[in-house]
Amino acid sequence: MSCSRRDLLKNTLKGAAVASLPLSALKVLSPAEVKATIGDSDTRWVFLVDIQKCVGCGFCVKACKIENDVPYDVGVTRTWVERYVVTKDGNTNIDTPLGGRDGYNSDMIHGEHIDPDTITKAFFVPKLCNHCKKPACVQVCPVGATYQTKEGCVLVDRKWCIGCGYCIMACPFGARFFHPTLKVAEKCTFCYHRISKGLKTACVQACPFGARQIGNLKDEKDPVSQTIMTKRVGILKDEYGTQPQVYYIGLDERVR
Amino acid sequence: MTDAATGELIVHGAEWTTKQLFVYPNEFIYWSIQIVMYPYMTGLVAGAFVLSSLYHVFGQKDLKDMARFSLVFSLCLLPVAMMPLQFHLQQPLRGVNVMFTPHFTSAIAAFGFVFSAYAVIVISEVWFEYRQYFIEQSIALKGKKSTNETLLRWFYYTLALGSRDLSEKAIAVDKKAVTILAAIGIPVACFLHGYAGFIFGSVKANALWMSPLMPVIFIMSAVVSGIALCMLTYIIIMQWKKFQAVLAKGMGDESVVVIEGVQMDVLSKATRYLLGFLIAAITLELLDLIFRGYTAMKSWDILREVMFKADFFKIFILQYGLGNLIPFLLLVVPKQQTIKKLTIALVLLLFGVFMMRWNVVIGGQAFSLSFAGYMHYTLPIIPHSMETYKEGLFGALTVVATPYLLFWIVSKFVPSIRYS
Repeated sequence: MSCSRRDLLKNTLKGAAVASLPLSALKVLSPAEVKATIGDSDTRWVFLVDIQKCVGCGFCVKACKIENDVPYDVGVTRTWVERYVVTKDGNTNIDTPLGGRDGYNSDMIHGEHIDPDTITKAFFVPKLCNHCKKPACVQVCPVGATYQTKEGCVLVDRKWCIGCGYCIMACPFGARFFHPTLKVAEKCTFCYHRISKGLKTACVQACPFGARQIGNLKDEKDPVSQTIMTKRVGILKDEYGTQPQVYYIGLDERVR
Repeated sequence: MTDAATGELIVHGAEWTTKQLFVYPNEFIYWSIQIVMYPYMTGLVAGAFVLSSLYHVFGQKDLKDMARFSLVFSLCLLPVAMMPLQFHLQQPLRGVNVMFTPHFTSAIAAFGFVFSAYAVIVISEVWFEYRQYFIEQSIALKGKKSTNETLLRWFYYTLALGSRDLSEKAIAVDKKAVTILAAIGIPVACFLHGYAGFIFGSVKANALWMSPLMPVIFIMSAVVSGIALCMLTYIIIMQWKKFQAVLAKGMGDESVVVIEGVQMDVLSKATRYLLGFLIAAITLELLDLIFRGYTAMKSWDILREVMFKADFFKIFILQYGLGNLIPFLLLVVPKQQTIKKLTIALVLLLFGVFMMRWNVVIGGQAFSLSFAGYMHYTLPIIPHSMETYKEGLFGALTVVATPYLLFWIVSKFVPSIRYS
């Protein structure tokens, strides 16, 4: 076999190029590895609120404030409980003094006495961040300081938030506010620091009536997941297209 | 933040927000006076630039005198468009993060880039416009002995960026560059401002803001306010020059008559453009209002309450009446225009555009996301903390005063008003 000088050089170069290819470039990834790289997870945290079980005691609000260092005596709060009182004249009276932190033990709503005989129905609605599938707040954050984790939780990077308030404006649920001392956007995290350790959220743990539950939608055996799959549940403000992930049992059309 | 007197924690927004009926606990008027100032100031920048470009690009010769002035003035307005945002941020030192990690699904993220691009265009255009002047000055000051003059010479020398060419060919290149930059600048200026409208128009949670017309409305009223401010400032400066000429040479001197004639001529021509944009702005705003009323979506009930009851005076009397209708009549009806009438019309127009911004920004937060309650805004006047200064009357006044301070400084080196 003859080999000219030109051929030798050509082949040497080819050989060198092939040899320099890192082995990792040819590595075959397992489906699980691919899943991990593109950000899929076998957990999707969702929340279930049973309105029929809530008595408006406000323990959840108290527990949340203490657990998450939200100043206790200011109006802003990560979770709150609203009271709806519908009277015979068709009016809906709604209030949430201090987010319902201290419970509801007064007949007064916005300075007006509601005569118990005129009430046709009344109920409490606990609210919190909906950790939407398509969160408007994440979309509008100019610096990417608010983001969605693989498990679906929407969080805020307190070290990167510039405090412009665009996310607060974009949230249709009023779930966000400025933290009074940290001066950055603040919101419910589903107690991410607790649930990722296998604990329940502070509000779920504090609720004496089991009105609040947290679960994994991707786990078919999870009781919350089973309820959402098999029972009739509702969500808030569907029309904004953010696909909220807090589900409600016994939701009334009057709930705002 | 803590109240200095009581040591109590204060939630951002709580100091100027009064809630009525059912409002979510976390809702406050978070976007206050500085966010009113922000589109107002960017509007003035964009408007001033468009006015100067009308001459450079479309050869509107009648605007020649205004063109140079409005170009320099838009340069002075540039840093001011950023100021309200800095004042408003809860973490002002992190403002620059927008440039480090821009999150492009956000309408605000591109601001840093669009604004920087626009700044480069304006600064370059000013440079090409004045390159010849810088070189001439540094040559004229050569050989002068005093420290001031030497410093000034070096200053002009630096401003010329090492360019020394005064040949006809080089000056022709300057002119061409100015035209090209002005042409690129128009869409960028419109984009800069239209996009300020997009920031509001795209907030789907807000029933008042969400409208595809918002960006166009913002551009039109921006041009109105920009032209009006340039004309007004021009009037003030020319009146001052006239006053100086009267002091120096007496009432009947030729130079006084010349100034007066030039001034009126320039102004009446600029007025035509002003009227065109004003009509476009009002038409679009009314279209938006009528459309909302006609389609009467879920939010219309609360919007109607806010517009026709709580904010009726601010919207229909102050904005449309005093701010649009009266100046429109003042500009259109009388055949014989006088400086006095024109000045009143311009001041009212500027006020009208400001009220439009106010009614959009504050008005959009005057009702709760629950559609079952209201929020009222009280502008902090006497500041008692950094926050009430920044987001109060004095913060806004600081923003308004800055372009004039800058113009005063810039004018010392870059003359933009010549009536000869």
